[in-house]
Formats: sequence, structure tokens, C-alpha cells
Amino acid sequence: MMHTTAEKQVLDAASNHHLDWLESEAIHIMREVAAECGKPALLFSGGKDSVVLLRIAEKAFRPGKFPFPLVHIDTGHNFAEVIEFRDRRIAELGEQLIVRSVEESIRRGTVRLRNPASDSRNAAQAVTLLETIAEFQFDACIGGARRDEEKARAKERIFSFRDEFGQWNPKAQRPELWDLYNTRIHPGENMRVFPISNWTELDVWQYIAREKLALPPIYFAHERQVIPRNGFLVPLTTLTPAKEGEVIETQVVRFRTVGDISCTCPVASDAATVEAIIAETAMTKITERGATRMDDRTSEASMEQRKKAGYF
Amino acid sequence: MSATIPKQFFQELTRERGLLRFITAGSVDDGKSTLIGRLLFDSKGIFADQLDAISHARHRRTIGDAIDLSLLTDGLEAEREQGITIDVAYRYFATPRRKFIIADTPGHEQYTRNMVTGASTADAVVILIDVSKVKMSDDGSVELLVQTKRHSTIAHLLQIEHVVVAVNKMDLVHYDHAVYDRIVQAYREFAQRLGLKDIRTIPLSALAGDNVVTAGDRMPWYQGPTLIELLESLSVYDACHDEPLRFPVQLVARHNGHEANDFRGYMGRIEAGKVRRGDRLVVQPGGSAATVKDILILDQSLESAVVGQSVTLLLEEHLDISRGDMLASADRPATPLKTVTADVCWLSEDPLDPRRNYWLKHTTRQVTARVIKINTLLDINTQQKHPADTLRLNDIASITLNVQQPLAADAYDATRATGAFILIDEVTHQTVAAGMIRLDDSGVGNVSER
Repeated sequence: MMHTTAEKQVLDAASNHHLDWLESEAIHIMREVAAECGKPALLFSGGKDSVVLLRIAEKAFRPGKFPFPLVHIDTGHNFAEVIEFRDRRIAELGEQLIVRSVEESIRRGTVRLRNPASDSRNAAQAVTLLETIAEFQFDACIGGARRDEEKARAKERIFSFRDEFGQWNPKAQRPELWDLYNTRIHPGENMRVFPISNWTELDVWQYIAREKLALPPIYFAHERQVIPRNGFLVPLTTLTPAKEGEVIETQVVRFRTVGDISCTCPVASDAATVEAIIAETAMTKITERGATRMDDRTSEASMEQRKKAGYF
Repeated sequence: MSATIPKQFFQELTRERGLLRFITAGSVDDGKSTLIGRLLFDSKGIFADQLDAISHARHRRTIGDAIDLSLLTDGLEAEREQGITIDVAYRYFATPRRKFIIADTPGHEQYTRNMVTGASTADAVVILIDVSKVKMSDDGSVELLVQTKRHSTIAHLLQIEHVVVAVNKMDLVHYDHAVYDRIVQAYREFAQRLGLKDIRTIPLSALAGDNVVTAGDRMPWYQGPTLIELLESLSVYDACHDEPLRFPVQLVARHNGHEANDFRGYMGRIEAGKVRRGDRLVVQPGGSAATVKDILILDQSLESAVVGQSVTLLLEEHLDISRGDMLASADRPATPLKTVTADVCWLSEDPLDPRRNYWLKHTTRQVTARVIKINTLLDINTQQKHPADTLRLNDIASITLNVQQPLAADAYDATRATGAFILIDEVTHQTVAAGMIRLDDSGVGNVSER
């Protein structure tokens, strides 16, 4: 088969764009979930990574309906803008959203916190997630985790097997070869599936720019009252008040990740557009979680410990 | 933070880039983790807080102020305790020319399985040779390390397109040109016997940084590219353009969202070749003829699509096609197989039991399979073949299987996606083997006696 020069150029361009490659891989993974898993769900928080997942799901399944409901595990410690965005996006898509809250788990007594009002609920999310999986009998949960986020994630499979306690065992992971995913599980076990495993923070932003995806406004530079504390800028909220002797400042900041209010901090930045954020992301010297997540700092291996306990 | 961004930098950054997946093969002491750390560090893929974290890490292997770059890549607690890498980890970095994904695979003897896993998705392999460990006799002969031969054998079995031999720790032999030349000579002879094709060699020092990202001035006798320049230049998709179409069907979409619509879309990813509207195809393994009516991505209708793209195909004909079937070029279809000869790597602690059935997953098709013969077991250290009754963890062998329904397959050497399969244990549901279909009688390795 011979190709004309023009055809060759098209072929080269099509195969040479790393975002196309990443997108196509993610679509392929989602379709595998739809084909092989009995009752999947997609975890949607309103954060940028799950916004990308929704776009991938559209490309995989539209004009049809998504073959899974969207699930939000609500810590109750949310930025209002994110919840508004979540509900708006779901309405636009016309898809089903299931919300289960850590608050409910606390009331039930399955989540115990030393200080329920102010403790970070990030780790507690795992309990509520496992309860939700049991309630709906989900056998696969699609999530937006990426391997570049954290050292333990770097070793995780795209189809990540969890035992009946929802636990990840890093030493007993199934080998994952080519694009041949082993989705077989026993009743009670389940899969966490990460279609954007191979994406970096920069890839995510480049994709958001290319696809013109909407995001909650707190991702972009805005004025906010913050408390400088241990190298972080802690946002001033009712959950995170200033301690005695601390100074409250108004700074121009943006969030790089969006999680539990009590442990997510913005970074000083005047990047108010996606393009400006891309430029900043490419030049930054601090990792996404390093700049913003106090919960990962507790010990060198704290993400690994949380994952072993069922965190996604 | 953002104030001044050079315009040129931004243009470079947003320019379209390709992607290269590669693996690094080397043993614990070959400096593999240091090399990866160096690639990430010198290409600014390491962040300040990660550096900060490793300088506070509990298990440091270096003394004094030098940063232990290897700590960056050792992810899990157990590894940090043992000081070895025990699993495949993926690393990401980008240069202005390309995005890279590294599968960091351990080189330990007992971890063949991990290298096979990493190699299965790799476009290139960087094989590390510790120059200070290679035995050189006065009579001029060079004895390559067993692990180098092992890594090369696996690279060949998995048909990794590009092989880069990094002759590391040149600082320990005073950057001696003659030593490098002798090792390269010995490696090329070995590689030729093995059948490896595209081989590049680079002298480097990961520790000192020579020829990794920058050339340095300690090896003026070497005029070739640095490792990163070489990785930036390797071509990935060239070979695929002329291949016949391979489109395994993942899902069938009906009704197009409206019950009344008589719509059937076949969803999948083009694994080889390309497809255009009007193309004549064949449905495999059944054999029905089909014509491409349309190619859809979301709300776009495309004239054509190429390898790597996930699309939905519409056909003119009304056919009974389901997941596991494959659409292929009518003039060059895949080969239907009821009996499959393949090289496999056994991945499970439970040995192969030839009395049992296994599930075989090939493209989007899953069938029941039984191993009817173990042809030969390959000793990957000596490249010799032996008879065998069973297969154990990390064994590589040529086997013959019977499958309950036929597979539409290609030789793995010709098309990875339609030549590869995995075996799954029906009871434990573990992935127990990785298989590469051979359509000729060459069997395992193609090496040994020949």
C-alpha cells in the first residue's frame, strides 16, 4: 500500500500528538470497563481530573447514555463553588449522580474522628466509598488518579484489584500487559480503574485547554483570605480558622487540587486563564500534592498507607 | 509565579509532541535508579519538594551531601527498607520535543515477570551495562554479564523496536575509549546471534551525568547523541502505517440514543493500519464481508482514521457482530487459529497445570484454552532450550494451545496487538501468563544452537 505525501502527513500528525494518544487510551479503557464489568460507577468530585474523565466518557459513549452512574463521595467539607459546578455539570450531561456523604457514615458510627468538626475527612472517604460500593454492588469504580501524583500511585495498575476489604496490596498486584486488562473478580471484590493513569498534571491542563472544558472557578487566580502556616497558605474558612497569633492575609491564589477543605491549600498565583496555568505548571518546581495537600506530608509513605486501607 | 514566561518557551511547550514509552533494564547495582533520577533531574522532571523529601528520607544509601537520585524512583515502603525495586513503576517527564513514559523495571533474576510486563508496552529499551563488572581477558575476549544477555533476550522476545545499550559507569574506567569499544563489539556479536535489529550504544556515567542529558567534556572521542537526544529521535509509528487494518470490536452501540433508530455502531480502537469510508472489510473470525459507511468520534464524521484512534465504525451491511469480533482489511485479513503456538512467560507462583483449562484473552476476545504441549523451555541466561513438563514463575517457553473458539491473530512480530494474549486462571482469576503468537515454527528465542 503506497501513500501520497499528503496522506503521510496526516498519518504522521495523527500519530504524533501525545494528547490524542492519551485520550484514545483512556477511551479504550472506559469502553473495556463498560464491556467487561457488571456494575461500574464513575467517581466524580468536580475536580479537574474527574472533569477530564467526563469528557473521555462523552467521547467513549455519546450519543448514547453513559453505561454507569456518577458517584460523589462527599466529605461535607467542600468549597461551595465546587458543589455548584458539580450539579451544573451533571444537569448539562443529563446523567445520574449518586451522592453519599462522610457525614452519614459519621452518624452511622462507621467513621469515627477525634474531632468530627475539623479533622480532615480525606481518609474517612475510603469508608464511605466502601459502604457505597456495598450498597450498590459496584464491581468497578472509575477514578481520576494519575501515576505522576505520588510515589505509591506510580506503581498502581490501570485496573487495580481490591480485595473484599477494599484493600490494595502493592505486592500482589496483577501484572498488566499490553492493553489486555484482566477484569475478572470474585463476588465482593472490586476494581478501581484509572483511565488517566498515564497523564501528568501538565497533560490534564493541556487537554482542558484543547477541549475547552469548564472548571470550578477556584482553579483560577482569585483573591482569598489565607493564613500562612508551615509553608502552606491555609484558606480561611469556618473549618480552618486562624490560630492565636496567626496573621490573616489577602492574597491572589489558585487551587491546584480540590479536596477536603480542611487539608487543601491554594498556591500563590496570578494565573487566571488555562493558558497561564499551563505555563505555570510547566515551570513549577513543586509537585501538585506537595504544594497543596497537608495530609500527604504526615509521613513519607502516607499515601501508600491510606491506599492499603481502601483509599482510592 | 508566572510573571515572565519567554514566548519561545511557551511555543515550544504547546507544540505538538510525540510520546515514547521505554523501559530501563539493569540490575540493582548497575545504576539504573540513578540513571532515571538523572534523566528526571536534568530534564527538570523532579520537583523541589521531592528532592526535599529524599534528603530527609530514612534509608539513604549515600554519604555526605550528594543527593541519592535513586531514592526518587523507589516508591514503596518495602523497597525503601530493602533498598531494591520490587515492582514496575511508571515515571513521566517531558522535554520540549517529546513526552516520555518510563517503565522502571527491576533487573533481579527472579523478576523476569516485571520486565516482561514493562516491555509489553515499550517502544524502546535502555539496557544498562556496568562497565566495571564486565570481564575482559588479556587475549581480547569480553564476557558480557548474564543479566545483560537475559535483558536482551526478553527485549527480543517482546519485540521491542529500539534497543539502546547504555555502557554505564564510564567514570570508573577513566572514560577509556578502548574499553567501551570492546564491550560494544562483544554486545553487537551477541545481539546479532539473538536477532536484535535496531541497536544504539552510548557510553555514559549516570552518576556524573556524562552523556545523559548533556554531553560533558570527558569523552571527546564520542561524537554521537546523548541518551536524551537519542530517545527524542527514535521513531515510533513508522512501521504501522502500511499494516492492514485491525479493529477489534469492544462494544456495540445500538439506537444512537433513540430507541426507534436502526443504528449499530461498532466501538473500538484501531490497533493497526487505517480505515477509510468505503473500505472493504472482513468480519473475523466469521468471514462476512463489510463496507465502511462512516467513522465517528463524538459528533464528528471522519473520512479516515489511523492506528491509535478510538472511534465508532458504521457499516453498510446489517451483520451480527459482537464484542470479540474483529474488522480487518478484506485483502489482508488476520489468520484464524484453533491451535496456537506461542512463546509465553509464566507469571504466577502456581505452576502451569496442563490438565486444566485457562481463559485466554486476545484483543477483546476471551476464550477457553488448554495447553497441549510444552515445546521447549528457554534458559534465558544461556539462551539454550530444554524440554519441560511444567512452567514455573518467570519461565519462558514455547507452548502449543488449543482454543475453544478460533482467534483471528497475527504473528506477534508483525502486529503486537493481535499477536499478544494473556492467560487467566479460572479459579484464582490471576493473570498467569503472557503470550506472543508465533506463526512460523521458529519457537522460542530463535537463538541457541543456530
